Amino acid sequence: MWTVEVFNKDGVFDAAGEEIKKGITDFGITGARGVDFYQIYRISGRLSESDARLISQELLIDKVTQGYHINPERRESRDLHVIEVAYNPGVMDPVDESTMKGIRDLGLEGVENVRTAKKYIIKGALTPEKLNTISEKLLCNKTIQHIVKGAFSESQTENPSYQFKHVTVKILDKDEEGLIRISDDGQLFLNLAEMLTIQNYFKKLGRDPVDVELEAIAQTWSEHCKHKTFRGKVEYEGRLIDNLLKETVMKVTDELARDWCVSVFKDNSGIIRFDKDYDVCFKVESHNHPSAIEPYGGAGTGIGGVIRDSLGTGLGAKPIVNTDIFCFGPPDYSFDKLPKGTLHPKRVMKGVVAGVRDYGNRMGIPTSNGAVLFDERYIGNPLVYCGNVGLIPKNMATKKVNEGDLILLVGGRTGRDGIHGATFSSGELHTESEEISGQAVQIGNPITEKKVTDALLKARDKNLYSSITDCGAGGLSGAVGELGEETGVEVHLEKVPLKYHGLSYSEIWISEAQERMVLAVPPENIGEIQQIFATESVEATVIGTFTTDKKLRLFYKGEKVADIDMEFLHNGLPDVKRKAVWKRPKHKDMDFESPSDLTPHLKKILSSWNVCSKEWVIRQYDHEVQGGNVLKPLQGSANDGPGDGCIFRPVLDSDRGIILSCGINPKYGLIDPYWMAASAIDEALRQIISCGGDLSRVAILDNFCWGNTDKPDRLGSLVRAALACYDIAKGFGVPFISGKDSLNNEYNVGGETISIPPTLLISAISVMKDVNRAVSMDAKRSGDPVYIAGLTKDELGGSHYMMINGLIGNNVPEVDVDKARSLMNRLSEANEKGLVMAIHDCSEGGLAVAAAEMAFSGGLGMEIDLKAVPFKGSDSRDDVILFSESNSRFVVEVDADKRSEFEALLKGTDTALIGRVTDGKDFKVKGGSGSTVIDADIDELKKAWQMPFSKW
Amino acid sequence: MRKVRVIILRTAGTNCDNEMAFAFSKVGADTELVHVNELISKDKKLSSYHILAIPGGFTYGDDIASGKILANEIKYKLRDDVERFISDGKLMLGICNGFQVQVKMGLLPGLGGEMWNMEVTLNLNDSAKFEDRWCYLRQSDENICVWTKGVPELIYLPVAHAEGKFITKDKSVLDELKKNKQVVFRYSDSTGGKTSYPGNPNGSMDDIAGISDSTGRILGMMPHPERFIRRTQHPRWTREDLKEEGHGLDIFRNGVDFAKKSLL
Repeated sequence: MWTVEVFNKDGVFDAAGEEIKKGITDFGITGARGVDFYQIYRISGRLSESDARLISQELLIDKVTQGYHINPERRESRDLHVIEVAYNPGVMDPVDESTMKGIRDLGLEGVENVRTAKKYIIKGALTPEKLNTISEKLLCNKTIQHIVKGAFSESQTENPSYQFKHVTVKILDKDEEGLIRISDDGQLFLNLAEMLTIQNYFKKLGRDPVDVELEAIAQTWSEHCKHKTFRGKVEYEGRLIDNLLKETVMKVTDELARDWCVSVFKDNSGIIRFDKDYDVCFKVESHNHPSAIEPYGGAGTGIGGVIRDSLGTGLGAKPIVNTDIFCFGPPDYSFDKLPKGTLHPKRVMKGVVAGVRDYGNRMGIPTSNGAVLFDERYIGNPLVYCGNVGLIPKNMATKKVNEGDLILLVGGRTGRDGIHGATFSSGELHTESEEISGQAVQIGNPITEKKVTDALLKARDKNLYSSITDCGAGGLSGAVGELGEETGVEVHLEKVPLKYHGLSYSEIWISEAQERMVLAVPPENIGEIQQIFATESVEATVIGTFTTDKKLRLFYKGEKVADIDMEFLHNGLPDVKRKAVWKRPKHKDMDFESPSDLTPHLKKILSSWNVCSKEWVIRQYDHEVQGGNVLKPLQGSANDGPGDGCIFRPVLDSDRGIILSCGINPKYGLIDPYWMAASAIDEALRQIISCGGDLSRVAILDNFCWGNTDKPDRLGSLVRAALACYDIAKGFGVPFISGKDSLNNEYNVGGETISIPPTLLISAISVMKDVNRAVSMDAKRSGDPVYIAGLTKDELGGSHYMMINGLIGNNVPEVDVDKARSLMNRLSEANEKGLVMAIHDCSEGGLAVAAAEMAFSGGLGMEIDLKAVPFKGSDSRDDVILFSESNSRFVVEVDADKRSEFEALLKGTDTALIGRVTDGKDFKVKGGSGSTVIDADIDELKKAWQMPFSKW
Repeated sequence: MRKVRVIILRTAGTNCDNEMAFAFSKVGADTELVHVNELISKDKKLSSYHILAIPGGFTYGDDIASGKILANEIKYKLRDDVERFISDGKLMLGICNGFQVQVKMGLLPGLGGEMWNMEVTLNLNDSAKFEDRWCYLRQSDENICVWTKGVPELIYLPVAHAEGKFITKDKSVLDELKKNKQVVFRYSDSTGGKTSYPGNPNGSMDDIAGISDSTGRILGMMPHPERFIRRTQHPRWTREDLKEEGHGLDIFRNGVDFAKKSLL
């Protein structure tokens, strides 16, 4: 084996090393004078030293800036510390594979294996404790990596080999306690009722299950895959809800019966009609538990997974846009207060952003819409929502497996990564999660998924397969099990290509290794389809057949290891009935007068983590690849204002567009989850209107992330939110087309359970007839009148104004859906007529923040008079009017020449002229008594808004 | 009339191929997306095209270094084809990852007509991360590049990369590039003046954003002209009066027109 160490030549700026140094300083560790970064390659095979030198010079180094050492000695001193970080056995760095290809391209076929590592040379007198903190908290994540101590030994890269052994699990003779133990020991997350049902089934078969049968059942029945809570029975306020999902979210869609809804709630994503030639699909998933443990890999595989949902929708959609919404703990949270076993929020955030960035950018999918929110209760359990929109030719929305079709597995190889992912994500996280569930975390390889995409779309357009789905939760077990539900399957597990030897048949079946898709291919097409995959350098292997016997039958080297009924696997799950209660909490309200100068309050809200500029995140995403971008996430005179939504053109030679937006506000849920859900829907729709869209073809998605809903109070709040989804979406006339729930988002430390705030994300997708009608949120022209559209009420509950005063409050923003719909429709019409110069929705921080953002994004001043704002409430305080977060409101800059036309159109909608855009830099607000309550310079406001992430 | 034929070379991780093909077809070229495997297997022939375009993306994940593995693949497996293509007076365009590939196989800058020798590189941005932002580019005086004739002196295009910091092996390489008028674009401020980060988004030496070879027929640049071919791609189109066509389209038109005149 040859070890090659690549380093920067003297005088070359080491940006990677500098970044690490900055990270060390972030931890409050002093004494590091500098960091040098070295990339290590360990290459084994039949290679001579001159081969190793050729590889180094021709492939591994950049001759302009870098040098190399072969088999270097480790040099350390009191002032010079070496930390080398390598991947654990079984964890594949994508660079390994690319490097092997690069070596073979040089004509050196003898290469057998490449493993990479990273070496950091830290200069400065540092104590062992400090070095340990740097290693563990910054450089190495022990879930996937380890620190190489002393000389490197080859055994660290070896996997043990596998000897076939038929493993039967004795359950027939077990009592209840014994059954629970089997579930716990096997990390199956099956409850007693489920274990008893399984015992009963195998009693009838007259035998004990094989381990893989039990695994397959546990995976198929997991909360993650089966959504037992949402589809189960719930007792709430004296009424029995038979199936929460069908009676709320799905009922809206059923009752609205829009003819442009092509496929809803049955495929990997929901599909709506785009134009005469194409449909679009949209799906959002969350990948929370993996991201808590290994943020980079967890988030990357989150976005990778939802992209495969598009690939596996209908006969395969082309992924065209990503969205991402994150919830983290506060990045400035004290290290000392951090619960044991958790990563610091700043590290989680940096890792998650990098994971989404690298996956999305490398696949060439723009990431154009999202949000980032912060709350202390997300520290142990961050939320990472990832979404993808796909474009699919018309008439490709349906698929059907035919008996006799071959099961073709395409894409990445199978490893031990992600074992028990589906069941793991269905339980609570706890202090030891990192150790026990470490192998559930996976590292993605976006280039493999890109290759799969390229090859797949070619095969699709030649009509070579009859059905497809992705390997997501539950791996092959989930994918093949689902495709074969109506037919039955026979799979030969030894045919599955492996990353390394040593996997048992059971591990092969449930591994959640990434970047794999399963296709049903008619035998006559197999040669042609395999040729297409070969041209794109993608492995495509036949692993079995779809049968007619409606059984799941698995074999390993000729030995039968599973034989159970599809009917039991998919529908044998026992019914659960859960109890739900909800009681509105009472929070403390304001007990102070409205301050005479509200300028500091506005700045404080602008600088709060939720409201402040997310440019640091947004710029790291390629939001322009594929060339369809129309309205970017950053807008205004300096390209840095906060856009409400994004618009893009999926088909480059058409003016038709797609608008994406999202609504989320967990703070309202602390008061009433019903109004939180209502507000989230209203917010997502407001943003569609603010981009210049209309409500005529909007579809929405629901993503519920909740605590443990076995607890009646958590379930009660879930029920309330679901009920609002029905009422409000129905009122707006907007159907749900897909959704997902992630429950058990709780974190257990020292016997105390911390639940996340119930968090509902509503994502909206809208078809826009003409993208040239798009409007951005930045103020455009001095002299233009500024209006507020929509009624302001005394609704500070859950607001940012309450938050900066250390309160939550009780008057949560409600939605008057009829009024809201009528207002939105008229604003769309005003925009269609070209009356609107700029429009921005009022959300966190209310009117004050919306108006200020418009002004500083446009580089213009603004004057506002609060007396003119339509208000309903007992006490028209200046602070209430400015910072109330009442829903269904917009700040609108209207073309000065078209004022009367606008006013006539908006008549009777609580729309009023409240000020104007001005030259210069003054942002001035006059209060009810006529005195000035805000007097600020827009540059100062912008600076406050940009401050939190400015030093990242 | 015969059309200029453009080969858009792609492989694992290429991702700006479709929009590049769209830009070339807008200015009247015939485009074909071809996988590098198809050239290596001889299913497709490089000689049947007039322009070789290497689009943006992350070929092979940009593992080891951006563009490196594709650069070596071309250098070791398609060397003769590429040499013939260039000696036939044909054109080549590399955008972003394509520029990284050109530089890493040593086609650019190709000082003194010498190929396959790396004299400049594109390194990790000083910010150590990927950034997507729009930049002003000033075309240097009297550059010899055939792709930029008549392109306005000051243009605006987006960059989106993590490894775009232009560095020459030593000062003499930089001097020679300037002397030969091979520097095509420099990052600038909005008036064409000198800039610094983020105007120069990556810390490039001498603010260099794009260079040509010594014949002017091979252009490589980090910014993306295919992402500004129409008004609605501009970040401020909702507030500024802009022409229907974007600055980027001129670059494609120039290349195709030159190929039409000299090669058809």
